[in-house]
Amino acid sequence: MMEQATGGYRGVWRRLRRNPMGMIGLAMLVTAIGVALLAPWLSPYDPNAIIRVTILDIYQSPSPAHWLGTDDAGRDVLTNFLYGARVSLTVGFFASFIAVSIGGLLGLSAGFLGGRTEGVLMRFTDIMLVIPDLPLAVVIVALTKPSLTNIILVIGLLGWTGTARLVRAQTMSVKQRKFVLRARAVGAGNRYIMHRHIFPLVLPLMVVNTVLVISLAILNESTLSFLGLGDPATLSWGQMLNYAFTRGAMSAGAWWALIPPGFGIVWVVLACTLLGQGLEQALNPRLLTHHLAADRTLTSHRRLQPAPTSEGATPGNR
Amino acid sequence: MPHAILDRPPLLEVSHLDVDYVDPPHPPAAALRGITFTLQRGEALGIVGESGCGKSTLMLTLLRLLPAAGRIVAGSVRLDGVELLDLDARAMAALRWKRIAMIFQGAMNALNPVRTVGEQIAEAIRRHEDVTNRRALDRRVSELLDLVGIAASRREQYPFQYSGGMRQRAMIAMALACSPDIVIADEPTTALDVMIQAQILQLLADLRRQLQLSILLVTHDLGIVAELCDRVLVMYGGVMAEYADADTIYNGAAHPYTQALLQAFPDPTQPAQKLAAIPGAPPRLTDLPPGCRFTPRCPHVFARCHTAQPPLYAVTPAHQASCFRAETTSGGAHA
Amino acid sequence: MILCIRVDESQLVHRSVYLANKIAWAAFTILFVIVLNFFLFRILPGDPARAGVRDPRLTAEAQAAIRTRFGLDKPVINCFTSLNPLEPGDCAVNPLDTQFFIYAGNLLRGEFGISYHTNRPVVEVLGERLWNTLLLIGAGQILAIVLGMALGILAAWKARTPVDYGALGFSLLAWSLPTFWLGIILLFWGSTYLGLPVGGKSTPGINYANTWEELVDLARHLFLPSLTYTIVFLGEYMLIMRSSLVDVLAEDYILTAKAKGLNHFQILKDHALKNAMLPMVTIIALNLGFTVAGAVQIESVFSWPGLGGAIYEAVNRRDYPMLQGAFLLLAVSVIVANLIAELLYGYLDPRVGVE
Repeated sequence: MMEQATGGYRGVWRRLRRNPMGMIGLAMLVTAIGVALLAPWLSPYDPNAIIRVTILDIYQSPSPAHWLGTDDAGRDVLTNFLYGARVSLTVGFFASFIAVSIGGLLGLSAGFLGGRTEGVLMRFTDIMLVIPDLPLAVVIVALTKPSLTNIILVIGLLGWTGTARLVRAQTMSVKQRKFVLRARAVGAGNRYIMHRHIFPLVLPLMVVNTVLVISLAILNESTLSFLGLGDPATLSWGQMLNYAFTRGAMSAGAWWALIPPGFGIVWVVLACTLLGQGLEQALNPRLLTHHLAADRTLTSHRRLQPAPTSEGATPGNR
Repeated sequence: MPHAILDRPPLLEVSHLDVDYVDPPHPPAAALRGITFTLQRGEALGIVGESGCGKSTLMLTLLRLLPAAGRIVAGSVRLDGVELLDLDARAMAALRWKRIAMIFQGAMNALNPVRTVGEQIAEAIRRHEDVTNRRALDRRVSELLDLVGIAASRREQYPFQYSGGMRQRAMIAMALACSPDIVIADEPTTALDVMIQAQILQLLADLRRQLQLSILLVTHDLGIVAELCDRVLVMYGGVMAEYADADTIYNGAAHPYTQALLQAFPDPTQPAQKLAAIPGAPPRLTDLPPGCRFTPRCPHVFARCHTAQPPLYAVTPAHQASCFRAETTSGGAHA
Repeated sequence: MILCIRVDESQLVHRSVYLANKIAWAAFTILFVIVLNFFLFRILPGDPARAGVRDPRLTAEAQAAIRTRFGLDKPVINCFTSLNPLEPGDCAVNPLDTQFFIYAGNLLRGEFGISYHTNRPVVEVLGERLWNTLLLIGAGQILAIVLGMALGILAAWKARTPVDYGALGFSLLAWSLPTFWLGIILLFWGSTYLGLPVGGKSTPGINYANTWEELVDLARHLFLPSLTYTIVFLGEYMLIMRSSLVDVLAEDYILTAKAKGLNHFQILKDHALKNAMLPMVTIIALNLGFTVAGAVQIESVFSWPGLGGAIYEAVNRRDYPMLQGAFLLLAVSVIVANLIAELLYGYLDPRVGVE
């Protein structure tokens, strides 16, 4: 939990910089965002150009013309892969923004207001937590038009439960802190306390959570697309895998159509996971030590008996 | 030296013990320096100081249970003449609880929440003694619970079903399970209300007499020490401040820290007396003042106090204090 | 000395209250899912009942049968003739004579409708498939839990050593793998290099000489899907076991156990594991949703004839009764499994249900 003692945002950044996991994650995420932004300049081909395809162009193995070969429609896999980063990251950011906003709002209200409001909200959260997300998302997307907006909405609207529970727990613990009790005692209003004291201490936790929710959203988007529920107008990594898998890449031995999109997903999800872990450790530093750690409590030179002189025997600073 | 008065060799002899806490890349913190004392069979020694003065570290060092960052840098711990710091891990484990048992502070956390109290006591017996017969084991557990005033029928219950005082009694019963020579009681009465505190202390005093126990009582409360202990070791910032018998400590303390502690502790015989808090905070071990560790809070500082940590001076043969003011009354520094 | 005995006879009552609470809550959640399942399909565009009436794959008699079975001539629910498009209706109708209660009544009788694709009752198809899913999840999860716990214990015990860091790296990687992609990669590898079957539960058109042959064939089909399952969940279970064990090992009662002279093995076995298991049970329960998500993906990749595969096929064939039924059954299975986990927790932790 975020304590005053952790030294504010600067302290968090200082600890994050010393955290190898967090920094690797951050570097990976920045790379991915860079690729997504620079896709038009990095890509060898225009993904929307109309191309004339013969049977020979389908599932071409990697060559100087097509570094990662071609797919089932004779398109350049590298180009699709680079543009796919845009779709995945867009879905990840927007869906997690929705999910964390809903979860944060519910968690803050439940934790802060308590009583009946809390009971109702948390019961609802518990129900939504138990209902399996993915099948529900599949059902909803299947019943509506599969479009990128719908996918973002569905993933966002179903992905808030974890955040709600986390934020509620943190809110309740912050609410019990002395300075909040003191503010209440001198007559500060709910809005003021929430805005001034509680939200600033819950926010860092929500940031960490957002990073992790992004990774979940990206995984969910790719899964929905793979199951054939993706937006036909955009080509995400999941969709690339769906086309490759259902259109004979396996029997053609076209590994180049199967590996890159999956690698992209793993890259981004791993980046978010590492960064999330690093941030969490930077926000909540604790010494990882336990009672079964190796017994190294005796040092080799301990047998140096102090000389029985008056100075040597003094319990002074050595 | 105090034990020179008594002819018998001491049961426990700790000398010149130095312990560091290491946390690379920071320089090691001096947790204990030059701790030297003895414990006779049947004796109760009180170890007193504020939190962070190293008293718990000292107790964990005796059992070699320091956390991974702890390093025993120098010194010796002898039990009946056997050097504990030389034992291998297996021999040390065999000795724990059998010879030296420990009553931990906060019995709620020191007892395993998902195992019954009876099981946890029986486990200690099974580890160190060859009792396989379940019936006999149950009888031993019942006797132990009875000894500390808990109905034997409650041995099947879990710690959370006990009250705070009962948990502490159960902890005491567990400490006595293997009839140890020494019982270390680490703040045995913190977090208990005053009535229960008195009961637990009375119980410890009774058991000590009954079982000829040696007790090391760790506390920050001089009142508790007064009730139970023969001798007192006052610690400050990882070093010994004063070491003497209880009477001397209460009536002729030589170290200003001990004097301050005594003023901070209510004397029931003088109801109207004003309590004095000790100003300032105990030193951080990573950031010790030059010279005597008590200078920042001491009312009697003079120039020399800033130059070196005073050695232990023998005020009388059975009374040592690490204060330069004690030098004038003693013949010189004491080893 | 004073004996301070508190009366705790009421404890048994507390415990049964806990159990009753959990069961009632699960029942309520199932009710919620049933209601959700109805309205979701009525509000969103693809209503299975109405779509079915127009589905060219069904005969005229079948369409008429659907009409009466779902009560499609009746209002959806009091006050609404239809929810999509929204058409307000009469509020004074007999509530039992609405589509919603007919749906509920049908469910009670085990009627989930007729699959558009196979023309067979949905409940019959799902009944067969439930067992296949249980077989797959069972094999994968048991392996993942057992291996994950073992590796997690090792990593916690050797905390901050190369063993620990290796385990952590593996878990993070496994967590980041999309399940379906791992499945594709393993399928590619297994079918190309190991000669394993590319999908399904058995080799089609084969006559087994004996039960042994049948079992071997099943095992060959089960190997890759359950391996995928194990890898995906192994890492997570390992991480959880590790972190909860590291927490437990920092507790005071572990120090007590060490002071008692117990060795590392005894401390782990008798003091640490039971306490560390508690969060593990909770997480396994919370993870049931992911478990089901995993089933949908793995069964889709390996054409495994289970409930998850049924969802995939139903989506691609626009077989709405099948989709509705499969979703309901999956959701109810998760709720029931979650209930079992909570009861197990109550059994493992003596503190549950008291105060």
